[in-house]
Amino acid sequence: MATRHSRSAARLMMAPAVILLLGWMLVPLTMTVFFSFKQYLPMRGDSLERGLDWVGFENYARFIGSSSFWPSVQATLMIVGGVLVITVALGILLAILLDQPFWGQGVVRILVIAPFFVMPTVSALVWKNMFMDPVNGMFAHLWRFFGAQPVSWMSDASVQSIIIIVSWQWLPFATLILLTAIQSLDSEQLEAAEMDGAPVLSRFLHIVLPHLGRAITIVILIQTIFLLSIFAEIFVTTGGSFGTRTLTYLIFQRVVDSQNIGLGSAGGVYAIILANIIALFLMRIVGKNLDR
Amino acid sequence: MGRITLDKVRKAFGDVEVIPPLDLQIEDGEFVVFVGPSGCGKSTLLRMIAGLEDLSGGQIRIDGKDATNAPPARRGLAMVFQSYALYPHMSVRRNIAFPLRMAGLDKAEQDRRVAAAAEVLNLTDYLDRRPGQLSGGQRQRVAIGRAIVREPSAFLFDEPLSNLDAALRVGMRLEISELHNRLCTTMIYVTHDQVEAMTMADRIVVLRAGQIEQVGTPLELYRSPRNTFVAGFIGSPKMNLVSGEIASRHGAETIGIRPEHIAVSDSGGEWHGRVGVSEHLGSDTFFHVACEGIPDPVTVRVGGEVGVRHGDEVWLTPDPDQLHRFDKQGLRIT
Repeated sequence: MATRHSRSAARLMMAPAVILLLGWMLVPLTMTVFFSFKQYLPMRGDSLERGLDWVGFENYARFIGSSSFWPSVQATLMIVGGVLVITVALGILLAILLDQPFWGQGVVRILVIAPFFVMPTVSALVWKNMFMDPVNGMFAHLWRFFGAQPVSWMSDASVQSIIIIVSWQWLPFATLILLTAIQSLDSEQLEAAEMDGAPVLSRFLHIVLPHLGRAITIVILIQTIFLLSIFAEIFVTTGGSFGTRTLTYLIFQRVVDSQNIGLGSAGGVYAIILANIIALFLMRIVGKNLDR
Repeated sequence: MGRITLDKVRKAFGDVEVIPPLDLQIEDGEFVVFVGPSGCGKSTLLRMIAGLEDLSGGQIRIDGKDATNAPPARRGLAMVFQSYALYPHMSVRRNIAFPLRMAGLDKAEQDRRVAAAAEVLNLTDYLDRRPGQLSGGQRQRVAIGRAIVREPSAFLFDEPLSNLDAALRVGMRLEISELHNRLCTTMIYVTHDQVEAMTMADRIVVLRAGQIEQVGTPLELYRSPRNTFVAGFIGSPKMNLVSGEIASRHGAETIGIRPEHIAVSDSGGEWHGRVGVSEHLGSDTFFHVACEGIPDPVTVRVGGEVGVRHGDEVWLTPDPDQLHRFDKQGLRIT
């Protein structure tokens, strides 16, 4: 794109895509912000045609003042944090294992990605009914085999259950990204470290892990974006009870269960702010890592 | 101390024998260069000495002690890799200190040794940079620095200069030679460049297909190559190898004559030919002469500037004292 002509032509050709994407984002955003300042209870007869009452920041105050707000923020952070820790740790481990030459490598690598293709609703239901059912689940049988009392996962270890299910779904993604990163590690570096007298663990800590730094930040960044909005897994398992009501789920309940669109929209704006704060932090970390 | 003995060392990858049983004795303080065309097994041999590659048979002794199955770190050897293998996320200081840190030396001793190595290698100003911010020659020096701080009994170099440009290569060649003179530590150096071998080595080991073709000082190899392979490999430009009727006139299957041992005349001589390409280097002139009865062009080297042009007719006379004669197996006839 050297000449002025080709530059303006390029702008012209990119315009439809940019406008479409911008509209796709801006319209819902403005509507959310608009509703968040209105009283909008469809069950009580409020509707756009009749005009909505302006209530100022009342929705915001009510959303944050509700007793379920802070627990929901806590649940969100716990689930996102837990999944991140598990997927990154196990992802690194699996990536190292898959990087070793073994028979049937190609097939195994494809199989590892498989959980990623299962729909969240389906995998959550499979986990709930086949593994975590306190009477007939695999885990219940396992626990009884060892003479232990089966755990009723969904009620007694609800947040842990959600973390396990979501981790299972996202582990393939982390593994895949980390595997490609590990494959790009110059083997001479490891050999040099071996000659320098570094035992296996030191080689991992001083050479492999720093090399993976960039890939790990990318995994964390992308996963956080998606994990902040997990919904199906909670909906089909605990339905938001037993401390698994995340911010996303709370907004859903405010809008659909309580039929209070204004209140839900205010929650939505909070969620946007929270996501942006986290994104800002992550971007700075990634930026720092990518600079090197 | 760094006496390294290879005793019937053998390496096979599956059914393919890369290095058939091989014996070699490297004395303490020697600068030995393994040279050979690519794929001749010289790097594999070096990696076996380093401990990065297992032996399929035989024994490696370092200072008389069996090191065949010792892990690389226990052999007391330091290696400089072709890609330098610096740790990109560590500063130069931490790179050089890494082996000391792994050895558990205290901080003050680490700093002292790093400073000393940086002084020797002119890296003092760059200690806080990362490898990515250094030039090729500086990276090479960091890699050497990382090797010398350990005070190893021998250094192993795996084609360390092949990633540098020609000018830097000459400079680094001198630096490594100087380092060897100062440290007097055994060095084993792998290269495919015979110029590097000739200029740096105390002793050259010429390898072909995993086998040692000849071992000797650079001038021994230059003066009396054991066979046609060594004759063609050592020396630049390459020795002219002529077989057929002209060779049998000298009582050999093949005769070899170096380009610098041929006299040129425009009036008369042994071989008559026409000049093809001539290369004027200023200090020397190389020209390629298509001679009657010799299939390949004969390369001739003449000192200084010579007024010979493309298409000129010349007579060439090989110096009879410098003529190498080889038999049917390609071995030298003495």
